[in-house]
Amino acid sequence: MKLAKDYFADERADGLHEIGRGLPRADLPGHVTGKTKYFADRSIPGMLHLKMVRSPHHHARIRGIDTSEAEKHPGVVKILTARDVPHNVYTILILIQIGPEDEQVLAEDKVRWKGEAVVAVVADSERAANEAAAKVKVDYEVLPAVFDMDEALKPGAPVVNEYHGQNYYLYDSGECRKVRFGDVEAGFAEADFILEETYRSSPIEHAPAETTGCVVVPEGNDRFTCYTNTQAMFFTLDNTSIILQMPGHQLHLVGGTVGGGFGGKVDVIVEPIAILAAKLTGRPVSFVYSRYEEMQISSPRAAEKIVIKDGVTKDGRLVARKVTGYTDAGAYSRHSPYGAQKGAAHYPGPYTVPNVWIDTYCVYTNRTPSSAMRGFGVTIADFALEVQMDKLARLIAMDPLEFRFINAYRDGDMKAHRQVTEGAALIECMQEASRAASWPVAKRFYDMSSRGEG
Amino acid sequence: MPKVPVQFALNGEEKAEFVESGTSLLTLLRDKIGDTSPKGGCHQGTCGACSVIIDGELKLSCLVLAETCGNASVQTTGGLAADGVLHPLQRAFLDHFAAQCGFCTPGMIMAAKALLDRNPDPTREDVVEAISGNICRCTGYEPIIQAVMAAAQGNSQRVA
Amino acid sequence: MAIRRGRGVAAVNYPTGMNLGGDPSQALVHSTPTGNFMVTLSSVDLGQGLKQVMAQICAETIGVPTERVIIDTADTDTGPHCMGTFASRGTHRIGNAIIQAAREARHVMLEVAAEALEVNATDLDTDGEGNIHVKGAPQRSISIFDTALTAHFKLGLSISGRGMFLVPRSYPETETGAMKPSTCYAHACTVADVEVDDETGEVTVTSVKNVFEIGRALNPRMVEQQLVGGSWMGISHALYETTEPYYPSREHGGTDFNEYLTPGPGDLAETETIVLERPATDGPYGAKGPGEMAANPQIPAIANAIFDAVGVRVDTLPITPERILRALKQQRAAH
Repeated sequence: MKLAKDYFADERADGLHEIGRGLPRADLPGHVTGKTKYFADRSIPGMLHLKMVRSPHHHARIRGIDTSEAEKHPGVVKILTARDVPHNVYTILILIQIGPEDEQVLAEDKVRWKGEAVVAVVADSERAANEAAAKVKVDYEVLPAVFDMDEALKPGAPVVNEYHGQNYYLYDSGECRKVRFGDVEAGFAEADFILEETYRSSPIEHAPAETTGCVVVPEGNDRFTCYTNTQAMFFTLDNTSIILQMPGHQLHLVGGTVGGGFGGKVDVIVEPIAILAAKLTGRPVSFVYSRYEEMQISSPRAAEKIVIKDGVTKDGRLVARKVTGYTDAGAYSRHSPYGAQKGAAHYPGPYTVPNVWIDTYCVYTNRTPSSAMRGFGVTIADFALEVQMDKLARLIAMDPLEFRFINAYRDGDMKAHRQVTEGAALIECMQEASRAASWPVAKRFYDMSSRGEG
Repeated sequence: MPKVPVQFALNGEEKAEFVESGTSLLTLLRDKIGDTSPKGGCHQGTCGACSVIIDGELKLSCLVLAETCGNASVQTTGGLAADGVLHPLQRAFLDHFAAQCGFCTPGMIMAAKALLDRNPDPTREDVVEAISGNICRCTGYEPIIQAVMAAAQGNSQRVA
Repeated sequence: MAIRRGRGVAAVNYPTGMNLGGDPSQALVHSTPTGNFMVTLSSVDLGQGLKQVMAQICAETIGVPTERVIIDTADTDTGPHCMGTFASRGTHRIGNAIIQAAREARHVMLEVAAEALEVNATDLDTDGEGNIHVKGAPQRSISIFDTALTAHFKLGLSISGRGMFLVPRSYPETETGAMKPSTCYAHACTVADVEVDDETGEVTVTSVKNVFEIGRALNPRMVEQQLVGGSWMGISHALYETTEPYYPSREHGGTDFNEYLTPGPGDLAETETIVLERPATDGPYGAKGPGEMAANPQIPAIANAIFDAVGVRVDTLPITPERILRALKQQRAAH
């Protein structure tokens, strides 16, 4: 790695002792000797194992659940259904007032995606738990499902989630988060070329080396210690407190050393039910996702559909940009209403565009709920925006890098969401990339500065 | 469930345990013996985090039945440092910052050791081949390849 | 039928911290009797090295070597609240909380040293190696070891500090979208070179040149780790990864590492990493959050390079050989 210290040298204070040094990581000796303790690296006598019975249907009404055979299976200690969960319908972001509560810890009357948790089986071995789970009988009435965002938004589409009432998240701004800046239609009128393109992505899994999980130990004093690989300790603690209607002081979470997250361990999924199982059995309980569950049950990065309409002049100025973004939340909100609206501020990209119109929708479908992943609300947007920029440059027969220089934001520029740009450095990144890749651009672009000079 | 006796050497130390028939070596090592250096990333032989060396051969301990390990010599990363002195591979992983979350690291080091034990002077392609059964989601593999090459060349220098 | 080469570019920015703010983190710092410093957090290290960089931030602020700082995290019984490790917020938010806590601790530490040396605290400085001395007179000094002993056993003072950092929450204006999503942004530009086999549709990324502007590289070796690993994930996203290859169909999803594809150690692009630093005015020692951005610019750069190579656009991720072949077939049919 090269540190290109010439750029912005006058903005940096030197003479630091510890900052800027590539000191050895204090945790690596533990990693290379296998001594680092992850949540599962503790053996606890008498530990029970929790396995989920999951929905085989994308959308179905539950007519009945019969656990009688499973209960008789050797090794089974407890079987949990929705009735056992004190506050079964929750949503993670209720902590920051983003409701409504829309997701079931264990399915009550309906399942809304294939893989949804219905019954939790707790047994003295993983094998017994799996075998007993296979003996749980659930009587389903299969309902029509909708998988495609366009279909879901059509009138008359099956309603995925009654807690929302329609197949999109209702923001305070209406069916989408909006940004309106300048006059986008006037901008299109001014443009020499208009290009409207649609970009899509499929769900992506975090696939951390360590699967999501936790181990819960009842402390015998009404307190529960939960060893967890959550990315957010108090998100988990506070949501567990709500779901189990258990005062927060009874919960003790220990974590902080995680085998990869990438956003996949921000949901609160395994801890509440495992703590409940520990409470109801009085014994330690382990709930760890199998690799299958990690890949297909845990929230992926959302699929997205992004429609970008741009107006550009012959001399390379981006004069109008209209973006409609759709985030496929799957059956439940989790973090998606938050991530979907993150794009609203992001879609102009690192460019100064005088006329902007943005709508971002969070759409519900009958699939695995999506949630946060590295680059949440931005990664797929950047794919769409930067392919669009390449197409625009070619449309006006301009070098794609030079086209970006012309439109790059600089300090002092007003962004569409009404913040003045500060600390910009896109131009300098492009200058350095141009040099490193031997991709020459006109001299005036090397003289440009994000600080507005040149 | 009938229990089966199994006696083997773990990092040179004799171990004798009774296990339920069907128990994996990974479970025996982690849950009964307490060597948690092999990690369970998939329990189905696709991630390599549980890699150990059995009688000189690299094995996925999640797919090895404990009861088949009688009289075997099992090596894990947990036993690699002798008297607190790191093995050159461990040293090289440190120097090359070849771990982030660290979950794949013990398995990765076992895969690398199995290579260096049979081929002390590997090419880059040999290293790539040797670790190709071990999934890392953090590093992009390059630092790991560099570390193994450096360990092989015996030129692992502490980076200031 | 041939191997065809192409090159593409992409430029991006990335907001640091939780969108629209409102995401606090706290830190507590205290000295042991022998002048080691404990930082208590409830923050999570996902593998990016949060514990190490937080130790360096604390050490820099107090003025001690990093090895004298211990990071104690994450236990909700002892660690004060942290919103969590996500949204490229760890270094920025928690780092700022630690600076505040460490400044308070340093202030007490210097007061204690001032009493021992019979000078004013404002005349004192640390040497970064474990000593406090009178500015301009390095021989008049006291070790931090002795300072901590004095604080504990003579003066009865706690060398400690509390820190909290919160970017106030912004609520978007409903009709205009006026809002403050972030306080600082990281930047990146990638140039990708690819080879496309127009018979099989297979893409080989031969090289990526990544330039990242990240505010400040607090620990350059760890920055490199994240940027190199992130770049790999970007390439993986561009060409390989999905749980539902025929989305919106739910069929054929990968259930393990044999079926869920990522580039293996034999599939790596030659990767060049260059870092620029334009310090963020509100970042800890200027740092921004590059952890998520690291994986973003490669995706469109590769898509653009594929177009440059074979003249077809695949506007759906991932850009699989199947999608490229279908696009090539359409292209031929159109000619």
